[in-house]
Amino acid sequence: MMHPAMDMPVWVAALVAFFLVLGALLALIGAIGFLRLPSFYQRIHAPTLGTSWGIGGVMLGSMIFFSVASSRLAIHEILIGIFVTVTTPITLMMLARAALHRDRAEANGEAPPKHNPEHR
Amino acid sequence: MSAIILFTAVSVAQIMLVAAMAIVSIRMFVGPRAQDRILGLDTFYINAMLLLVTFGVGTGRVVYFEAALVIGMIGFVATVALAKFLMRGEVIE
Repeated sequence: MMHPAMDMPVWVAALVAFFLVLGALLALIGAIGFLRLPSFYQRIHAPTLGTSWGIGGVMLGSMIFFSVASSRLAIHEILIGIFVTVTTPITLMMLARAALHRDRAEANGEAPPKHNPEHR
Repeated sequence: MSAIILFTAVSVAQIMLVAAMAIVSIRMFVGPRAQDRILGLDTFYINAMLLLVTFGVGTGRVVYFEAALVIGMIGFVATVALAKFLMRGEVIE
């Protein structure tokens, strides 16, 4: 079986290569930021680099590749893109609320106290 | 020519994604707290999903896409359940 990349135009291959490397590079930058940032509330921002344009770049590259390789519109990767775009804010919001709850319960100075609008 | 460009890009992307998974697993082992480990797991499966899609482009097969979709769904449910457990102390109330 021949690989479909053999009879593909060069500019399509270059476009797919650009999007793949862009997505992987953004995921790597997000991982490095996740390792290096000092506190949890700063750290939670870094992986979103990988879940926004990391996913977007790799899925765009894959969509272009399979559309050209099978010579029809093949955009089923957009399912993963939409799914991750919808679910990442939910998971990160729940995780940040859980972390805030734990820090406030321990009162360790990581989180500000709860704002109560009745006593202003 | 185009095959060379494509295979080089796929190899570079795979190396970057594996490096990202290694870095995230360092943070997952170091901690320091449970929420860091859960966020590390979340980032880890996102990177694994990207790696599977990159494998799919490298081999020209569509089966990797389905595996990536399943990883995405199961990872979402796992992270939500773990965050709920941190918040309440139990998953299903």
